[in-house]
Amino acid sequence: MQADEPELKTLMTAAQSGDAAAYRTLLNHLSGRLRGYYKSKLVRYGRSSADAEDLVQDVILALHTRRHTYSTDELFTPWVHAIARYKLIDYLRRRNTGFADMPLDSMALEIEAHDDRNAVESGYDLQRLLAKLPEKMQQAIRQVKIEGLSVAEAAVRSDMSESAVKVSIHRGLKKLADMIADEVKS
Amino acid sequence: MKTEELISVLSTNVEPIDRRQLSREIIAAVVVGTVAAIGTALILPGMRADLSTEYALAYFCAKMIFAAAVIVVGTIYLLRLARPGAVPQSRVLAVTWPPVAVGAFAALSLISAPLWHWHTMAMGDGWLECLVSIPLIAVVPFVAVVLAVRRMAPTDLVRTGALAGFVAGGMSAAGYALHCTDDSLPFIALWYGGAVLLCALAGALLGPRLLRW
Repeated sequence: MQADEPELKTLMTAAQSGDAAAYRTLLNHLSGRLRGYYKSKLVRYGRSSADAEDLVQDVILALHTRRHTYSTDELFTPWVHAIARYKLIDYLRRRNTGFADMPLDSMALEIEAHDDRNAVESGYDLQRLLAKLPEKMQQAIRQVKIEGLSVAEAAVRSDMSESAVKVSIHRGLKKLADMIADEVKS
Repeated sequence: MKTEELISVLSTNVEPIDRRQLSREIIAAVVVGTVAAIGTALILPGMRADLSTEYALAYFCAKMIFAAAVIVVGTIYLLRLARPGAVPQSRVLAVTWPPVAVGAFAALSLISAPLWHWHTMAMGDGWLECLVSIPLIAVVPFVAVVLAVRRMAPTDLVRTGALAGFVAGGMSAAGYALHCTDDSLPFIALWYGGAVLLCALAGALLGPRLLRW
């Protein structure tokens, strides 16, 4: 078990209950870990930092859209690690890279993150991906998730019910995650 | 896009999750699949006519208990496999106890029967029909379970697929039991058990393709 498991589990539990600050802290921490993990793995296959960043974002989105699959009865770190490893294997398999030598059980997520968070960007353009979504979803995500309006405010502004706004956000993010997953795969 | 940008989008106004969503969706799929399997069995091969006799009813119940055990045990492990994280091999092997138990009962009933009965007990009238019908009736339940599990996050697609096939096989066996007039424990063990394992095998082969996310 990793040393910060209790701390991460507390953050995740709070995030699942809707604590945005805890969620942000958690995702920032995990993105650093994931970056270290993917860089160390991909460097063996001659891939660049931007490829690692693509995977980091793919996983962050997967963690988000599937965050309900974490049960607080279980440890949190193995949950994240299983997703990270799944995405890596899927990525390598799609590229037909030999990965027979990859130690499947290595807990390499423990590798310290390189602190170059600002230097690398993924190959995705958020605005371009958003523009591919249906109008309602775009609007809901822009207002609530980017401009930071509350769901109630966004509902009034776009003349939709609150639950319609929530559904639009949920579906939109799911679509966004699928688009990014598809791009990682291609 | 910078990862920080993405994190900022995701963590702004984050909605609380529904902790029971996962189990509710899988259980709903199992209920829908079971109803579909029973419906298919009643419409296509049709209901057996002799359920009023005590003998037939007893074996009907035995088949239903087997099917229910497969569904319940399979669903419990499916709920675990739909979540990312390690599941010990030994715990997943525990799903094999319904086929093993029915096999043990079958062996007991064979031992207590005369040798010249064995062939009829084991083969019945419709072993081939049973072995073909159960996997066919399992198609719709399998699709229902796969659609639900795809919305979760299975990370071991072969095992999850096998378990989805296993549970679908159990649902289908419950439907087929309404039709089947072969009443013996060795028949249930061999052909119901065999058909459910075939479904699990098909699920294991299809899992990596159907469950990928």
